[in-house]
Formats: sequence, C-alpha cells, structure tokens
Amino acid sequence: MQIGIVKETTKNEARVAATPASIEQLLKLNFSVVVESGAGAAASFSDNMYQAAGATVVETDSAWQSDLLLKVNPPNEDEMTKIPVNATVISFFYPAQNESLIQTYADKHINLLAMDAVPRISRAQSMDALSSMANIAGYRAVVEASHIFGSFFTGQITAAGKVPPAKVLIIGAGVAGLSAIGTAGSLGAIVRAFDTRPEVKEQIESMGAEFLMLEFEEEAGSGDGYAKVMSDAFIQAEMALFAEQAKDVDIIITTAMIPGKPAPKLITEAMVRSMKRGSIIVDLAALGGGNCELTQKDKVVNVDGVSIIGYSDLPSRLPTQSSHLYANNLVNLVKLLCPKKNGKIDLNFNDEVIRSVTITKQGEVTWPPPPVKVSAATKVKSVEQKAPIKETVKKDKSPIKVVAMSIAAASFVWLSTVAPAAFMQHFSVFILACIVGYYVVWNVTQALHTPLMSVTNAISGIIVVGAMLQVSSSNPLVMGIAIFAVLIAFINVVGGFVVTKRMLKMFRKEE
Amino acid sequence: MMNDFLNVNDISFINGAYFLAAVLFIFSLAGLSKQESAENGVWYGIIGIAIALMATIINPSVTSFIYLFMAMIVGGAIGAYFALKVEMTQMPELVAMLHSFVGLAAVAVGYNSFLEHGILSGMLLNIHLVEVFLGVFIGAVTFTGSVVAFGKLKGLISSSPLMLPHRHKMNLLAGIICFVLMVHFVQQNGELSTLIAMTIIALIFGWHLVASIGGADMPVVVSMLNSYSGWAAAAAGFMLGNDLLIITGALVGSSGAILSYIMCKAMNRSFISVIAGGFGTEVSTNSNQDYGDFSETSADEVAHMLNNASSVIITPGYGMAVAQAQYPVNEMTKKLRDKGINVRFGIHPVAGRLPGHMNVLLAEAKVPYDIVLEMDEINDDFKNTDVVLVIGANDTVNPAAAEDPASPIAGMPVLEVWHAKQVIVFKRSMNTGYAGVQNPLFFKDNTNMLFGDAKDSVEDIVKGLN
Repeated sequence: MQIGIVKETTKNEARVAATPASIEQLLKLNFSVVVESGAGAAASFSDNMYQAAGATVVETDSAWQSDLLLKVNPPNEDEMTKIPVNATVISFFYPAQNESLIQTYADKHINLLAMDAVPRISRAQSMDALSSMANIAGYRAVVEASHIFGSFFTGQITAAGKVPPAKVLIIGAGVAGLSAIGTAGSLGAIVRAFDTRPEVKEQIESMGAEFLMLEFEEEAGSGDGYAKVMSDAFIQAEMALFAEQAKDVDIIITTAMIPGKPAPKLITEAMVRSMKRGSIIVDLAALGGGNCELTQKDKVVNVDGVSIIGYSDLPSRLPTQSSHLYANNLVNLVKLLCPKKNGKIDLNFNDEVIRSVTITKQGEVTWPPPPVKVSAATKVKSVEQKAPIKETVKKDKSPIKVVAMSIAAASFVWLSTVAPAAFMQHFSVFILACIVGYYVVWNVTQALHTPLMSVTNAISGIIVVGAMLQVSSSNPLVMGIAIFAVLIAFINVVGGFVVTKRMLKMFRKEE
Repeated sequence: MMNDFLNVNDISFINGAYFLAAVLFIFSLAGLSKQESAENGVWYGIIGIAIALMATIINPSVTSFIYLFMAMIVGGAIGAYFALKVEMTQMPELVAMLHSFVGLAAVAVGYNSFLEHGILSGMLLNIHLVEVFLGVFIGAVTFTGSVVAFGKLKGLISSSPLMLPHRHKMNLLAGIICFVLMVHFVQQNGELSTLIAMTIIALIFGWHLVASIGGADMPVVVSMLNSYSGWAAAAAGFMLGNDLLIITGALVGSSGAILSYIMCKAMNRSFISVIAGGFGTEVSTNSNQDYGDFSETSADEVAHMLNNASSVIITPGYGMAVAQAQYPVNEMTKKLRDKGINVRFGIHPVAGRLPGHMNVLLAEAKVPYDIVLEMDEINDDFKNTDVVLVIGANDTVNPAAAEDPASPIAGMPVLEVWHAKQVIVFKRSMNTGYAGVQNPLFFKDNTNMLFGDAKDSVEDIVKGLN
C-alpha cells in the first residue's frame, strides 16, 4: 500500500504527519511512502531529507492518490474531493463536534480513523496524540507567558535589588497542566496547581508544585481518565478559591476541558480585573470557548493591563517537536494496524484500540464506539475505600497489645504463686531467653537469613545433650531410643555448622 | 532427676559450663547479623556446642561412652557428608531436612523422659507430664512438617497447597483433641497409650499443616519450622530441668519466629494467614483481561543493549536457581563491570524458596556481596537505570501488587523494575508465577521478553558482550 503525506493547508498549521525518521519505520512495515513537496518545510524537514529517508517526493495531486493518508488536521471540503474511494485517512477529527461530516466520509467509502479517539488505556499510550500534543501545549503556554511577562520567573537577589519569583497558578493537572507545571517550575517560578480530581495531588507534587486543596467531597473521575462536570456547590467553592488566588498570582494557565462539551468558565471578568497589572492568563481551552470569560480565540487581549492569551495552535508553534511526536504516534498506530508487516492495513475490530479510533469503515458509520473503561479510575476508588479500614485496624492494635501484656504479666505472677520453685526458675530463664532471641535477630541483614537459619538449626541440635543424659539408662528401650536421638541430633549439629561455614566462605567483598 | 547423683562441685561446674555455652550461643546469633562478624558467630556456636558436650560427658551419670561416641561419629559423619555434598540451590531442602531431625530427636527425648523419670509426685509430676506432652507434640509437628516441606521443596510432593474441605476446622479439632488428651494424660498420672494417640494426631497435624501451604510461602514455612525446632528443644529442657536446653531452645524459637514475621511483612501478609494456609486459593485471575502484546527480544539484542548501558540492575528469582544460572550471571557481571558499567543486584526478601536464598547463590558464584542490595536500598534507583535484567523472577517484580488492589498479591512490596528505561525478562514461557497471577510487567512498552533457559540465555549474552 502507498502511504501519502500531504501538506497541511489549515491556517497557521506548521506541523506535518511524518518525519524522515518515522518514514523509515513505515518503510520497514513494507509500505511505500510518498510525500508532497514542501510538506515538512514549516517543521524544518526538507524534501531532500524525506528523500534520503526513502520516501518519494511528489506533487500535490499524486500525493493525495494514496491508499493511506496520514494527516494532522482533517481534510477540508476541497481536499475531500481528492481522496480516492476506499482510501483510509488518519488524522485528528473530533467526531463529537463534526458529526455532520461523518456521513460524507461513509458515503464516499473513505475509512476514517481519528487520532483524538485513541482510548486512554496503557496499551494505547504510545498512540495517544492528544497527550503528546497537550505536553507540547503546556510547555509552550509557559513560554508564551514568559514572552509577554515583564519580569523574571525566578527570584534573584542582585546588587540592584531583590527580585521576587513569579507566582504561577495552573488549573487542571492533565498532561498539559503537568507539563506547564514542570516548565514553569524549571524557570524558577512558584507553582500552584488545582484540579477537581484529588487523586492527581501526588502527580502535582511530584512535579514540584503545591496542590491547592478544596475542602469538598465529590467524586470527580468519570471512569475514562478525563474530568467530568461538577456540581454547583463544588463550582462555587472552586470559584472562591480562584478569586482569592487571582489577586495573588502573576500568571494563570488554564487547561480545563471536558471532552465534547464547551470549556467551563472558571475565570470571570471580575477576577481578571482583580489581577495585578502585567499579569497574564494563558487559556489552553480557547478552542472550546475558553476557561476565561474574556478569552478570544487565537488572539491576545489586554484588559486592565492583564494579557489574556487565547492561542489554539500552541503545538503548531513548536512544529518540529510536535511533528516528531505526532509522527511517532501515527507510526505506532500503523504498526497496530499492520501486524503482519506486509504493507497492508487491517481494521480489526476485535482490537479495542482500532475499534475506538475508527469513525467510518467501508461505507458504515462506526462511531461512537462501545465505551472503554480505564482501570485506573476504579483502582482509585477501591484504594480509598480500603485505606480507612486499615487505619482502624491499626488503631485497635495498641490497646490489644497493652491488654495482652497485662494478662501475660498477671498470669506470670499467678503462676509464680502456685508453681514449684524449681519450675519457676526454669520458666524465668525461658522467658528471658525468648526476649534475648527476639532482640538479637531483629538486625540481621537479609543476605544472612539463610546462614542464620542453618546456624540456629545447628544450635537447636543441642537437644543432643538431653539425649546423652538418657543414654546411660538401665532400661534398654530408653537407651536405644536415646542413642538414636543422639545420632540424628548430631547429624544436625555437624551438618548445620559445616554448611554454614561453607556458605559464609562464599560471601566475600570485592578484592 | 539425674542431677541428684552429683556432688555440689560438679553441679556448679557443669552449670557454669552450660551457662558459658548459652552465652556463646547468644554471641553466635548476634554475630550472624553482619557479614563481617558472621564467621566469628559460627565459631562461637561451635565452641558453645563443644563446651556443652564436654560438660555433659563429664557428668558422672553419663556412661556407656562407646555407644555414645559411635552414635556421635556416625551422626556427625552423615551430617558432614550431606553438608559438604549439597548444591547451594538445594539449601532449602537440606535445612528443612535438618529441622525434621530436631523434631524427631525431641519426640525421642520426650518418650524417654516419660518412660524414665525420677520419683515425682503431685504438682511436680503434673508439670513434668505436661512438659513431656507438649515436648512430644511440638517435636512431632516439627518432624512431619519438615518432612513435607522437604518433599515440597524437592518436588517429591506437589507444591500447590493441599485443600482439604474444612481444613481449618480439622486443624482446630486436632488441637482440641490434643488438649483433651493432655488433661486425660495428666489425670491418669501418665498413660502411654494416650501419649501415643496424641503423637499420631500430632504427626498428621504437622503433615497437614505444611501440606496446605503453597510453594510460594515456603520461605516462611522453613523459618517457622526452624522456630518450632527451637521450641521442641526448649520443651525437652523443661522435661530434663536443663537450663541450657531451655535457653538455647528459646533463643532459636524466638529468633525463628521473628524471622518468619520479617518474611511475612516483606510479603505484606499476616503470619496467621500464611500458617493457616490457602494463599492463592481465592485467586480470580482476570484471564480475560486484555494486557496487550508483549515483545520478544534475542540474546544479541540484549548484549547490544548492555554494551550501551551505563547502569544495570539484575533482579534474580527462583528461576535463576532452577537454571543454575548464577555462574554465567557472575561472568556477565564481571564483564560489564570491567567495561565500567555500574552493575548491581536487587534482591526481594522472598525471592527463592528460603530466606536469603538468592544471596547464598550469588555468593556461591562469587558475586561481591557489596553490590548485592536489598529491595529497600535499590527500589528508588530503578528510574535512573538503563537496563534491568529480571532473571527467573515473576511475582516479586509484578506491578499489579502496587497498582491493582484487586490482585491477590496487592500490597506486597515489589521491586519496581518497570521504572527503568528497559526491562528484559528472562523466562521459560508466558506462564504465571507461584501466586498464579498474570504479570502486567511483561506487557509494558519498555519490557522485552527473552524466552528460554536462563543459563543458556545469559551465556549467549556473555558471548555477545565485546
């Protein structure tokens, strides 16, 4: 089959669906690859580089005449007419927002695979283009903010005076949010982050940010790895938190998106106006209408000295990097589609990843797919349920211990009043020895467990002493048994020591 | 009692010697806690035993030296023979077998002590009878328990847990019956038939106890039996009124119990649940869960990967012992270290079939012990590691323990190998480990499977290292 890489025609789009490196991989799967002349120019990949990787560089129309078209953005109306019947297109598509278009593909017998429909399961991570793009967007959001921001991110004490560090608030700790946290943190800013899902606290903290906790109980996961719409009371509490933070921070980066729904409005006009002059808001949800009331798509607006950045093409502003990652995502999907490496793709619906991404197949609309549940969400729930139970058990333990010890002490005292002196003496020795044994062994290195065991084993052969005392019995039966006991106990004594010595000889430090 | 025949000086002398021996045993155990002092620890133990034996022989009530020496020489020879001959991979079997001897000896001493005790009456007689009864009971349980453990480790008996219906009730019933028999035994002022009946029940009980514990729990079982053998010796000490036996038995008993407890903690399991048996019985393996595909690799590719790595961690498991791969592993380690690659070993506390089993095997192959690290020491280093070689380990590197609360091994601390850049799993096939749990590690993107005999695979890799 021929794979076609065409130039992206969407405005401001600098990405391309294949890099020279990804083409080499596709060729290994026995596809042939054609690249439209100039397709990678904006992402710094020249035609020569593609040729060197083994692709054929062709003109626009020949590139469209391919069996498998790899793209970043979905084809526009004009391009639709160039796609041959029974061809397969893989690109971003956003089927929920473009439902009306789906039927057109089906009618034209074009198979359509949407990269944004890759399910969030661990097996499909290598194809998750949304995540790889979000990672870039988060990074770029900080870069855009720092570009406009009039001060350092990092705090400094210079001869000319003290510079306080910038304070950055990140709302939404998805891939983009976490990436923004990391980038802002590495520039030296103080980073705070908020998310409706309390379970991401650990991830936020691992990136070096402070997690802003909302004192509120609500189940926020939706089972598919994305956030869901929250209740009114929750939103109120959340808004109060943002209003308070807005007065304090220099930069707010919002990344709150709910799949298939308009972006929630989290930053009101009043909050914007309460911010310091020179502050910046980067709204990564601009495409979905924005998290800020004042966001305008693809523009920077200035309200009372606060800049609100609404770029929706952040990944494309890092074209080389995003093309590289997106191309790898595509290669991984093509690998899955072509398990036999025979240069042919197979839309095998038994595979849930393939099933999920396929929007149309052989004239049929196959969207929406059956839901794929991410195991991660259920896991969180059950862990939460388990944790409190464990704690109560632990708490109960210590009084039990006290009671048990008191009972043991009491019974020992009682025993000492009734039992004969000779027995009590032995018994005391016994208890003391138990305690000594208990403390002696605690510090043993794990590596020595086996030698320790064989030595204690040899030592417990001391029972031979008991048997020896019985050997001189006048009763021949007793004597016989005693001799037998001496014999086997001695196997133990000698065997245990010899084997321990053997083992210890082997343990050696490096010369 | 025997001591009645001695004059005062002799008693003090013998008691002094016994006391010295007991102190030496404590030193011995303490010495064994560190590598540097371990060698001395063994010597303390040997000297302690020697002193105890000499003091006992001096005891005028001990005669019939010929029989005694013959028994000692024969027993010692047998012990030395097996200890010198045993393969290090068979250490667990040997230790289990030796435990059974202590158990059997305790039974023998108990019977003797019953057949021929001095003139006792009233309270003293009752106490003595209880001591005999308990001593024989513990000894018998230790004996059959150890024999079954030996059989399981040797593969003579199926290592899967024996699941008789109502097994917990049966165990409980056996305990109750033995208690009733003990009361009866004491009331009758000692009745041989009762003692024999209890012995039979105890033997069956011991057999069943260990038979119903799965192979994966063998490290705990072996150290538990170690503990029992100590209690058996202590019980014998009570019968004979001998403090040395009491001290030694108690030392061994409590140290073995602690060791078992440490092991259980390492597996995040309660001691009771291991002893009661049945780990893995309620395993609902989600066989229909889709783990995705695993990718296979070859020895050449692994060698190439290792050539380019700067840090490598090897996590061995029972599979390495089975394949006897420790020698080639050491050779590989040496070659890699000569190239300046940082090679270390990560040992899970329950890897193998005996506590510390892996350490012994690696030591046998002359891997320097200072690069062999415990789980807690190395777990944080995986993320900075280029290549992890998982040789014959499975459950101890299973991410499900950390990630899937529904998994039967959930909560067990594991070596978090999956954080490394590349993981190579040496395995015979895609079969599950002892716990019968599928291992999601095999399906991770950064995991490659190297199928085949671990020894052959490692030897092939060594050839590929330049």
